[in-house]
Amino acid sequence: MINFGSGNTVIKSKLISRRMFVLNAAKAVVFFGIFGRLVSLQINEATKYKTLSDKNRFREWKLAPQRGIIRDYFDKEIASNEKVYQLHITPENSPNLETLFFRLKTILNLSDKRIFFLKRKIAKQKPWEPIIVSDNLTWSEFSRINLFLHELPGVEPIVSVARQYPDLSTAHLVGYVSQVSQKDLQKKQYLKEMSVGIAVGKTGLENKLDKDIIGKVGFQRYEVNAYGKRIKQIQVDSGESGKNYRTTIDLEVQKYATQVLEDKAASVCVMDIYNGDIITMASSPSYDPNAFVHGIDKKYWNELISNEKKPLNNKAIAGLYPPGSTIKIIVALSALENDVWNPKKYVNCGGLTELYGEKFHCWKKKGHGPMNMRSAIQRSCDVYFYEVARLLGVDRLSETAKKFGLGKKVLDGFIEERTGVVPSTAWKRKFIGKNWYLGETLHSGIGQGYFQSTPLQLCLMTAQIANGGFEIKPRVLANDNKNNLREYIKYKNENPNEPLPIDMLVSNFDLNPLFRNQENINFVKDAMFAATNEAGGTSFRSRFDDQKFMFAGKTGSSQVKRFTELQRELEIKQKDIVYKDRDHALFVAFAPYSDPKYAISVVVEHGGTGSGSAAPVAKKIIKKVLERDKFRESLKNLTGEEI
Amino acid sequence: MFQPRSIQSSTNFKDKVMMMDYVLIFSILLLGIISMFAMYSTDGGKFDYHTRSHILRFGIFFLMFLIISFFQIRFWYQTSTLLYLSFFILLLGVKYFGLTSSGSQRWLNFYFMNLQPSELMKIGLILFLAKYYHRISTQDVNKLKFLFLPVVALVAPVLLVVAQPDLGTSILIALGGVTVSWLAGVRVKFFAYASILFISLTPIAIAFLKPYQKARILTFLNPDRDPLGAGYQIIQSKIAIGSGGLFGKGFLNGSQSYLDYLPEKHTDFIFTLFSEEFGFVGSLFILILYSIIIYRLVNIGNITRSSFGKLYCYSFATAFFIYVAVNMGMVLGLLPIVGAPLPIMSYGGSSMMAIMLGLGIAMSCRIYKDTPVN
Repeated sequence: MINFGSGNTVIKSKLISRRMFVLNAAKAVVFFGIFGRLVSLQINEATKYKTLSDKNRFREWKLAPQRGIIRDYFDKEIASNEKVYQLHITPENSPNLETLFFRLKTILNLSDKRIFFLKRKIAKQKPWEPIIVSDNLTWSEFSRINLFLHELPGVEPIVSVARQYPDLSTAHLVGYVSQVSQKDLQKKQYLKEMSVGIAVGKTGLENKLDKDIIGKVGFQRYEVNAYGKRIKQIQVDSGESGKNYRTTIDLEVQKYATQVLEDKAASVCVMDIYNGDIITMASSPSYDPNAFVHGIDKKYWNELISNEKKPLNNKAIAGLYPPGSTIKIIVALSALENDVWNPKKYVNCGGLTELYGEKFHCWKKKGHGPMNMRSAIQRSCDVYFYEVARLLGVDRLSETAKKFGLGKKVLDGFIEERTGVVPSTAWKRKFIGKNWYLGETLHSGIGQGYFQSTPLQLCLMTAQIANGGFEIKPRVLANDNKNNLREYIKYKNENPNEPLPIDMLVSNFDLNPLFRNQENINFVKDAMFAATNEAGGTSFRSRFDDQKFMFAGKTGSSQVKRFTELQRELEIKQKDIVYKDRDHALFVAFAPYSDPKYAISVVVEHGGTGSGSAAPVAKKIIKKVLERDKFRESLKNLTGEEI
Repeated sequence: MFQPRSIQSSTNFKDKVMMMDYVLIFSILLLGIISMFAMYSTDGGKFDYHTRSHILRFGIFFLMFLIISFFQIRFWYQTSTLLYLSFFILLLGVKYFGLTSSGSQRWLNFYFMNLQPSELMKIGLILFLAKYYHRISTQDVNKLKFLFLPVVALVAPVLLVVAQPDLGTSILIALGGVTVSWLAGVRVKFFAYASILFISLTPIAIAFLKPYQKARILTFLNPDRDPLGAGYQIIQSKIAIGSGGLFGKGFLNGSQSYLDYLPEKHTDFIFTLFSEEFGFVGSLFILILYSIIIYRLVNIGNITRSSFGKLYCYSFATAFFIYVAVNMGMVLGLLPIVGAPLPIMSYGGSSMMAIMLGLGIAMSCRIYKDTPVN
């Protein structure tokens, strides 16, 4: 090698070293690049990749919570949960969805449309998230599925719970639940974290209480490997079932009322006049809320919406009716409170009165003859009240009517509840854009014209008169708030000039009298007593002779279609005209007269006359309510002791 | 050829042992031990098949490395052509008798192990070209007739490996050959011509690529193209490394590998696993260990007097660097996934064998640094 020429070797070595230097520089650059990449991934973006790694690692399965139970005042369930058999598919576990659906189609009779819908849903969600194929299988379907289960990979038969409504009488009040819609998701923020397939309250209490009654969704978090196999359970949160609620409703009375109203388009409200507890709020005809829970079938739906008695409509709060003659107690009260009328003043009723050439008829064609305020309420003389209203004016009337609960929502949170209308000059200008005519005041004086009210509003109005003129806050949910209104009134009556004992003062600090002079309230109550219990009264036929059940009430009938002169001439009876044109029949009352406890309102759509069809209904229900009063009282005392 | 006499002839055995590069040996040993723990982790924290097999291989080939370190440098010089040719014959053998696994034919079955000759060819080509350029004078290097043989020696095995198909290894073999030629002084213009030729042939080559290879290249360009398919490996590897953070998830706690999100975790993605469990600090440590090994190899090249020794050590150091850089670049998402193992750490007998052979020859260059080769 020495003879090879050392000079050459040196030159070669130098060349190699020079070129190696370039390579070494390149190596340094590349390693520095790798170092930089490590810094960027493991230091700068570590958080991002940690999240991604956890996303890989953990999968969550949501556990639907159980909906809270709604009970009546006596703890009977009016909305409960029942066991249902469901069929879920986890798409990830099924090797071939097409054949699976084909098999299921023959076993369960699934429609092609449903299958299409399910496939679209599967495409939208994660492959390990189960999809509900059927949420309410019959026992035979469920057992058939279990029989073929080994041939149906991915299918899971599940025993779950779903909403059940044991009694149809509470359908309108409780409302119903159904599948979540896009609109629900937009409106109800709390649904965002819920699993799909959860039922959501759509109407009534179910909707009002939805947020708390729906419960808290739970989850199971598993560590899964790359093939989706669950390795171990990391965390379980079984969620919380929804809050249970006790309502003020007496299911017995509610059922009875619905039964009494059967085949009528009608509504009954009964209210405790001191604490505002709604004992009954029935609307007829009823419907089956259970039909909505698993998706209503088309036939039943069409049947419901084509029914002219509107079964889906909660008439107690969403039905608007002119109050008719029931408004007369407010007209009388307003006139007395405003000192525009002396109750002893006589007006001679000749069957009609005239104003600027327009005729205003009394319901009694022959007229009532000379009437004072008491007898005018007793016999519901229209002519008398035309005169009272004319002197009172619509604005003062409207003020009193609003004070007593008309023209505003009674309950809170019921989406279907309507406000109604209490007309005034300002109202007409704002909503109709025209000036008020005096003639319209006369119509308003007998509860016709623009007046619109719900049965519950009329019930509240009656209750607030019956309790001596104090404001109450109606409620459907029972709470144990001590309410001393009754004792307070009793104490006041017995010791008119003494200050209140401390405990009553404290518990009644928000007591709000609606009257200026309580004598006026008592006058109206007395006149209502006369209307029911003295001969000639409009509801005399529906009276109770037994002191225990004796009630005081006011009838009303409100025109749906104006009576023509010809019909008036021929003395056409209500029952002789077509159903849809008949007057609505109304009746408001409180009972028992000697020691009032409850107020009631009855509205029978197209019932003809208040005395003919509404008062008899009220009579039956008043009896039932008073019979059950002792049970309610005993429960009230019980909770009182517990506090 | 094998002349044990010559060992005694120059210096005694003790001096030779003293001549060994202990920093290099220690670094290799440390890396080997780390790799055993990494393998233990890929087996899910059990002393299982891969771990046992890896330890055995490391042990055997490390011993082999120490033994062949004492082979005369002349021995390697003289046998390099023979080695190259026998590796080439083995490669041909693969073509006809090779074992096929997951779509590619790479292995020969030798009862005690499945040999992957393409791995050995990585060293064989470097040896062969180092000898070739040692023999010709500097003036002749750029003459066309002297360029012919290196090109053939490089292209022939590369084509065989590409046909297996094994794109990754073929690129690594070629880069090794290119490195020797570059060091020997082949002009930049020839590399430029070769690049132009290569680029102009690329469209044709692409036509011959397997669909999965095309997908890998497209995926590299855009990993999100098919996140559950071809892009899966890159994405999961980046997630694993990134989620390791500064100090890692802890030994045996790498969720990405433990839960099988990480593909090929024993072989090509072993660095990912390590990086996930030991974080930035661990990764940096590995990077430094590799830097030390490469530095020591370059250092041997510096002190070796023969051109053959210099060419070999520099080329091997560079090739070793390329293996490391390609593998890390791959798992870090800087390069397409081509299938290149990480020297010493990755599971795989042939790769371990080739690397230890390469290291042993380098060590022999050190021990016989002043010994002429011919």
